[in-house]
This record gives sequence, structure tokens and C-alpha cells, in this order.
Amino acid sequence: MKIIVCVKQVPDTNEVRLDPKTGTLIREGVPSIINPDDLCGIEAALRLKDEYGCHVTAVSMGPPQTDVALREALAMGCDEAYLVSDRAFGGADTWATSSTLAGAIKKLGYDLIITGRQAIDGDTAQVGPQIAEHLGIPQVTYAQDIEKTEGNALIVQRQYEDRYQKIKIKCPALVTALSSLNKPRYMSVAGVVSAYDTKEVKTLTFEDLKEFVKEENIGLKGSPTKVKKSFPKQVKAQGVKHEVDEDDAVEIIVKKLKEHFVI
Amino acid sequence: MDFSLSKKHLLMQELFRRFAEKEVKPLAAEVDEKEIFPYGTVDLLGKYGMLGIPWSADNLSYTLCVEEMSKHCATTGVIVSAHTSLCAAPISDWGTAEQKGKYLSKLASGEWLGAFGLTEAGAGTDAAGQQTKAVLDGDNYILNGTKIFITNADAAHVYIIIAMTDKSQGTRGLSAFIVEKDMPGFSIGKKEDKMGIRGSLTCELIMENCIIPKGNLLGKEGEGFKVAMKTLDGGRIGIAAQALGIAQGAIDTTVAYVRERKQFGKRISQFQNTQFELADMQTKVDAARLLTYRAANLKDAGKKYTSEAAMAKLFASEVASDVTRRCLQLHGGYGYIREYPIERMMRDAKITELYEGTSEVQKMVIAAGMKVN
Repeated sequence: MKIIVCVKQVPDTNEVRLDPKTGTLIREGVPSIINPDDLCGIEAALRLKDEYGCHVTAVSMGPPQTDVALREALAMGCDEAYLVSDRAFGGADTWATSSTLAGAIKKLGYDLIITGRQAIDGDTAQVGPQIAEHLGIPQVTYAQDIEKTEGNALIVQRQYEDRYQKIKIKCPALVTALSSLNKPRYMSVAGVVSAYDTKEVKTLTFEDLKEFVKEENIGLKGSPTKVKKSFPKQVKAQGVKHEVDEDDAVEIIVKKLKEHFVI
Repeated sequence: MDFSLSKKHLLMQELFRRFAEKEVKPLAAEVDEKEIFPYGTVDLLGKYGMLGIPWSADNLSYTLCVEEMSKHCATTGVIVSAHTSLCAAPISDWGTAEQKGKYLSKLASGEWLGAFGLTEAGAGTDAAGQQTKAVLDGDNYILNGTKIFITNADAAHVYIIIAMTDKSQGTRGLSAFIVEKDMPGFSIGKKEDKMGIRGSLTCELIMENCIIPKGNLLGKEGEGFKVAMKTLDGGRIGIAAQALGIAQGAIDTTVAYVRERKQFGKRISQFQNTQFELADMQTKVDAARLLTYRAANLKDAGKKYTSEAAMAKLFASEVASDVTRRCLQLHGGYGYIREYPIERMMRDAKITELYEGTSEVQKMVIAAGMKVN
């Protein structure tokens, strides 16, 4: 079974601070990390590899510095890594990103594609499902458990707020991973060595993907999304903190909800 | 001349940093307070390949690992260091193919933990005064004697033991042996109650007619002193890294503290005394880091590093003691109570000036390297 895991490099939002004067994000000096849901996607793929001997390829689209995210994926145990990178891909929205990634994945070949549910920077949750649509394959989003079963099929638990569904899906298919899917492993020492000494991150440019993605669907020009305005969210009111035990807390909450005519 | 880490080493550092932050830091206070040997952490260290780093990666990576662990927990740092530098390394350097095959992979995977026994009640810095004897008897050596202050004792399965095979030869009459915990006549004695690194095990090893196979002689008969001295050269890089980690960990936690703590209507980080103190300390720690990485680099390059390892250990350990004491001072009274990690760091720092050669021994080694004798 050939598994493709999609990985996005994002700024570590735990480290992002707001400029108190302008209210905008200070991105300078903020470390880049693998998107947390994507780490769970890698772990899910590696568990299938550990159990069934699948071949796992990590794919990311981004500028050259995304290399380190893919080295991390290799150091965790992925077999191969591809960086989809070209000036022509720059400025892509989710449509152009998913078109490009779908082209790369088509070129590489696959039985199963795993992506994270959503990225902590954009929060759209669109790229995974769009890739499945571009490729015309079935998808299960919000996976909290993935199990392989006979006949190249999977049983995926799809999480809802109050319940879950068990869905049987035949490969080729796409699954989007939740952070509750698993606890991602660390890289290993031998993994880091092989990520730099024996394995490589191969780059795919537009030239390499020409057969698989149309030029009108890539980069800024291929992006239908137009950003009208960006602004920081205003804080409406300061919260009030009560340090009390549970029983008193209930009383305070009920009182407040009544005050505001919620109940 | 390049003073920065390669991309590979930066990713290695990132791995150790995350592991230490998530797996080591949360246990550090309890490990110290209740003297808990962190067996669970050791299993994880083995699982991720951190108990045989010089062989799967290099000595610089190993140094980074000990440094990152020691930032949060000096006990964990010394477990890795003693195991790797004092047990696995001499087997790798002096062992026969058979000995390497039998011991190295199990040590590297963490299935077996390692330790080293040189020190005796009457033979500390004066290592030549060994009383432990080994006598060849057919296919076995019979060992008799007691070692003290042995790091990782009891938790370890494999012990490198230095013993006298020919007293008339002085230090040239010493030999090294690989002893397993379950060999007949080998037992663990008193466990020491220590000021710092309280989670690490420090015990006596007792050998009473301890029978070990002839094939467990490490190196040749008479090479024991050479094995021990070369082993300690490598060990000093590990202890320098431990001291470096303790010192940087102390600065990191103090920086966070002085940014929060307010006095006289200001954050104490706004006082020039705080700024000058921390600037001075970070400069010293960076100097210690460069000395330590240099020693590791020389070892990786296969060059001589005896003096450089001694310098790194001498300087880093004294910096660790100085920095932890000054960081505690910046905490004021809160630094003295156990709610904050700084008092533990100050207690832990002291040992780095004592074991694997006191600071005075390091100076002897450095002076000898300068031909001042």
C-alpha cells in the first residue's frame, strides 16, 4: 500500500505574539513547525507502515525553507519526501494549493492519502477535501481512528461533536486526521541521521507537474479567493476570573446567564 | 572556522529539546524529591536511540542530548552520560568483535544500562591505589574488592570494572573487565544519600569471589589504567555537557522569573543589576558551550582531545556552580524554596566539579598537556 501524507509548515502559534500597538501578529523570530494535525497524519501513516509495511511519502507545498519540515517527516520514519515548490505556485489559495498538490500526488501514485484536518495558521480545513475532489476519490474527514481491513479497505471512525460514525472505505481514498487520532512519535536519532545523510527531499516544480495540473489552476492567478480586508479581532470586554470550587462556580455561571437573559 | 551547528545537528537538537520538554521536565522535581530513578524515561531514551548516539550519529549529537536533558533534569543527563561514555564507549574502543556483538547493541537500544567502576574508598583521584584484585583461575577471573560512588549502579546490567591483576606493575598491573550484574559473587551495596542528582543511583559494588569468564577481559591484561583514563577523557565531554545544560536551564528559568516578578513597581528584569548579571552569566555559558562542542568535535574528527575535554569540564562545571548560585540570588527568597527548580539546579551543579575527576584533576591533565610538570 502506498500512502501519501500531506504536510504543511506553519508558524508556531503558541509563540506568536501580538504587537500591542498595531494589534497585528509579530511573525519575526517565530519558529516554524509541522502543523499539529499533520503530525497526527504522519503518525497514522507510520502506524500502518509498522503493522503492514506500507510505503509512506510525505509531500509539502511551500518555499524552499519547508525542507526542514520534510526532513522531520523523514526523521520520524517516512520513506520519501517531496517538496512541491516553484515561484509559479506562490500566492496560492486553497483551490490552487489543492490543485497543485493533487497534481503532485497523481504523479507520485497512491492508495491512501492522509492530510491533517486543518492548519493552525489558515484554519480553512479545505485543502484535504479539495484534493479528494480533484482526484475524484472518496474521502472521510475528521478521522479519530483508522483501521486497515481486507481488500485494500479501511474502517475509519469519523468524529462528530456527540458521536462517531464507523465508515468502511475502499482505497484509493483520502482521510483527514484529527489531533485526537494519536500521539505522534518523536523523531529518532537514527531517523535524523538518515534524513540528512541517506535520504533526500526531492523537489517538484511546475515543469515536473505540467501533465498533471493546469497552469490556470496554480499560484496567485489560479486563486479565486480575494482577500478584501484583514484586521485583528477586537476584544469586546475583559473577562472576570473567579477562583472558586465547582459548586460556587455553577452558581456564578447560572446567575450570569440569567442576568444576560440566556436562561 | 564555523561555529554554528549544521542543519542535521539543529534538527537533532530540536528532537532532544522536545523530548526533554515533554518527557523529562515534568518529572524532574519528583525525581529529585523522592529520589526516583526514572526507569520509564530510560526506556523511552532507548526507544528513540538516545542511549548509543556516538555510534548511530556522532559525539556532538551526544553532547547536545546530554545538554538538553540536563537543562531540566541533571539526573537524566548523568544517566545518559555515564551509560554512554563510561560503559558503551570503552567496549566500543577496546572490545573484541565478540564483546561488541554481545554488549553494544543491547546497550545502544537501552535493553541493558551500563556503569563504570574505578573509584574505591582508598582510590579516588589517586586511581592507582586500587585494592580490587582479579586472579586468573582456569577459564575465569576471580574478582574481589569493593567499588564506591558508582553512577547507575543497580539499574545497570553491565559494569566496566577496573581491578589489579599484577600489583608489582603499579598502574601497568591494572586490567579492565566487563561484569554483568547477575554474575556469581557480584552484588550491590549501600546506596548513597546525595546533595544533588538525587534520582540517579550511586551505590557500592561488592565483588566477593566474583567469577567472570576469561573472555570478559576488556583490552589486554595490564591495559586497565589506559582504558580507564581514555574512558574518562570521553566522559568529561559528557559531564561538561551536563554542566552546560544545568547552567543554561538555570538561566532560562531565571529569565522567565525576572520577567514576571515585580518589585518597586517594576519587573525585576528592568533593573540594571538583573540585566548585567544575566548578560554576564550567558556570556560565560556560551564560552562553556564553545569549549564543550570543540572537545566533541575533536573527538568526532579522530583527533586528540584529552586537554580540550578537561578544559571543557573544568570551565563548564565551575560556570554551572557560579551561574546557579547567582540565578538563585536573582530569585530572592523564592529561590530557596522547592516550589522553584533553581535550588535543585544549584545542588545538582556541584557534582559536576567533583565526579569524573575534580576540577583540580582537570588542571593536572591540562598542565600535563602543556608540558608543565
